[in-house]
Amino acid sequence: MVGSKAYNVVRIAKFGPIRAIRSLSQTARVFSSSSSNIGSSEPQFTHFGSQTVPKDEKEKLVGNVFSSVASKYDIMNDVMSLGIHRCWKDRFINKLDAGKRPNSTEPLHFIDVAGGSGDIAFGLLDHAEEKFHDTTSTMDIVDINADMLKEGEKRALNQKKYFNDSRVRFLVQNGETLDQIKSNSKDIYTVSFGIRNFTNIQAGLDTAYRVLKPGGIFYCLEFSKIENPVIDVVYQQWSKVLPVMGSFIANDHDSYQYLVESIERFPDQETFKSMIEKSGFQCAGYESLTFGTCAIHWGVKV
Amino acid sequence: MSFKSLRLQGFLHLKHSHQQQKRQFVVASALTLGSLIFGRNAKLADAIDNGDLHNKNEDYELKRKETMENRIKSLQNSRPVAPRYEGHVPLYKAEKLLLTIISGLKSYYHPEDGNNIVQLGEATAFPFFLENLKKTMLSDATGRKILRERPDITSETLHMEDLAKMAENTLGYTYYKWLKKEGVSPDTRAPVTYIDDPTHAFIFKRYRQCHDFYHAINNLPIIIEGEISVKALEASNLGVPMAALGTILAPLRLRPAQRNRLYENYLPWAIKTGLTCKPLINVYWEKILDKDINELRNELGITPPPDLREVRNERLKHNRELKMKYESFE
Repeated sequence: MVGSKAYNVVRIAKFGPIRAIRSLSQTARVFSSSSSNIGSSEPQFTHFGSQTVPKDEKEKLVGNVFSSVASKYDIMNDVMSLGIHRCWKDRFINKLDAGKRPNSTEPLHFIDVAGGSGDIAFGLLDHAEEKFHDTTSTMDIVDINADMLKEGEKRALNQKKYFNDSRVRFLVQNGETLDQIKSNSKDIYTVSFGIRNFTNIQAGLDTAYRVLKPGGIFYCLEFSKIENPVIDVVYQQWSKVLPVMGSFIANDHDSYQYLVESIERFPDQETFKSMIEKSGFQCAGYESLTFGTCAIHWGVKV
Repeated sequence: MSFKSLRLQGFLHLKHSHQQQKRQFVVASALTLGSLIFGRNAKLADAIDNGDLHNKNEDYELKRKETMENRIKSLQNSRPVAPRYEGHVPLYKAEKLLLTIISGLKSYYHPEDGNNIVQLGEATAFPFFLENLKKTMLSDATGRKILRERPDITSETLHMEDLAKMAENTLGYTYYKWLKKEGVSPDTRAPVTYIDDPTHAFIFKRYRQCHDFYHAINNLPIIIEGEISVKALEASNLGVPMAALGTILAPLRLRPAQRNRLYENYLPWAIKTGLTCKPLINVYWEKILDKDINELRNELGITPPPDLREVRNERLKHNRELKMKYESFE
C-alpha cells in the first residue's frame, strides 16, 4: 500500500514541483496517520463471539475452541451444515479451477490459511492433478492451531497421499502476519471458514496482499449474511438449537455457541468486499451460496 | 334499454369486477411468494431506491450494529434459564427427554464410551432423587461437612505420589493399587452439565467422583460385569435412577456365562450390601485415606465379593484345559 503511494509521488514529480509537493504532503499525511494509529488509543478490546475480551486474549480463546473441537472437526461441520459444507467446498474448488496448465513451465504455489484440517488444501491439489495433470504445484498449509494441523497431517497419513511430500508443507503460522512466508511468493491464497476467527480481519487481508505475487488471487469462503428472509428465520432457529446439539453429540456447548456468534458478527457480503478492496485487491467480487449462508469472495493483486 | 337488461348488465359488471379482484389477489400473492425465491434483482432494485445499497447514510452503520446485537442477544437467550454454575447448560423438558432417549440407546449399545453413561446419568437424575440424596447427606454429620466444604477429587487433591507410600492395609494404598491395576485415574470424571440446581449438581459430581472408591474397596474391576455390580450397589444404596436402569437392562446384552455369574453371585451381593450398609455418599474419602481398610469395611457394613477377575480366569483356565484334553483325541 505504502509502496504504491511512493510510486505515485515519483510519477507526479515529472509534472511539476507544485504537484509533487502536494502529493508529498499527502503521502506525509498518510505516513503520519498510520503512525499515529499505532501509538494512539486503538480499541484494546475485541469480540469473542458475544463476550468482549482484550485483543491479545482472543487468539488464545479461539485457539482453545479449535483445540477442543479439532478431533471432531469434520463431524462438527457435518452437523452444523447438514453436510452441505461439502457442496460448498466443491463449488469453491471447482470455481477457482486452479492448476498448472500443460503449456506452463513454472508450477503454482498455493497457500491455504487456517486450513489445518486439510480438506480444501488436498481438494485443490487433487483437482489440479485430475483436471490438468499437475503434480508439481506446491502447497503450504498454515494454521495458528497446532492441534488442527495435526489432524491435517493425520488425514494425509491415512489417505497415504501428501504425507511426507516435498510439495506440501504444514506450518504453524498466525494468518495476520505469516512470518515464514516470503512476500510476493504465492499464486493462490485460499482461506476457508477461517477468516472470521482472525482478531484483525483487515490485517489478515493485508498480509494476504503481501504474500501474493502480482497476478495472484485471494480466494475466501466464509459464512455471510442470508439474503432470503424466510431462510433467515429458519437459520436463526437452527442457530439456537445448534449449541445444545453440540453439547449432546460432541459434549461441547461453548465452542458451538462461540461459532454461532462469530458467524453472526462477520461482516456481510458487500462490507467484506470493500474490506478486500481496501487492502489493495482489484476485481473484488463475491458469490453467495445457499441463499447467502456462505459466500465466496475473491480479489486479484495487481 | 329495459330495466331488466340494465340490471343484468349491472350484475355482469359486478361479477366481472369480482373476478378481476380475485385475479389481482392471486397474482399479487404469487408475486410475493415468488419474489421470496426468485426476486433477488427486484429486491436489489428496491434497496437502491431506498438508498440502502450504495452511498449508505451514517445511520446505516448504527442500524446494522443494532440488528446484529439483537440477533446475538436472541442467540444467547436460547436457554430456558441463565446458567447457574460453570459449564451449566439448562435444558427444556423436551430436550431432556430427547437426551434421555438418545443417550439411553447409545449407552445400551456402547456402554464402553463413558460419555454416553454420563449423559444418561444426568438426564435421568430426577430432582426428587437428588433431593433425597441431599436429605441423606444433611442428616449425617460427615455428609453435612462434605456439603459445606465441597471437596473435589482429582490427582492433585489426593496427592497420588503419597498414596503409593502408604501402608498396605490402608484405604489410600488399596485405592492407589486398584487404580494402577485397572489403569485409570481420578481425573477422568466428566463435569456436570445438565443438572439445574447447583447443590444437586455438586452432589451428583461427588457421586461420580466417588465411584472409583466403591470399585476399590470391593476390588471390582472395570470390566462390564464389575461396572454392573458397582451400579447395582449404587442403585440399592443411593437410589441413582440410571444405575437402576443399568442394572436391569445391561446384563441382557451379556453372554450367558457372564449373566449367570451376575445373577447368581454379584447382583445379590450388591443389592444386599447396598441395602444394609451405611449410605456411601456420606463417606469423606479424602480424610480417611490412612484408615485401615478392613476397619472401614466393618464400619460401613461391607464384605467384598469374590474377586471377579480371578473367577473369570478360573473359568478360562477350565475351558482351556477341557479344550486341550479333547483336542488330543482328534
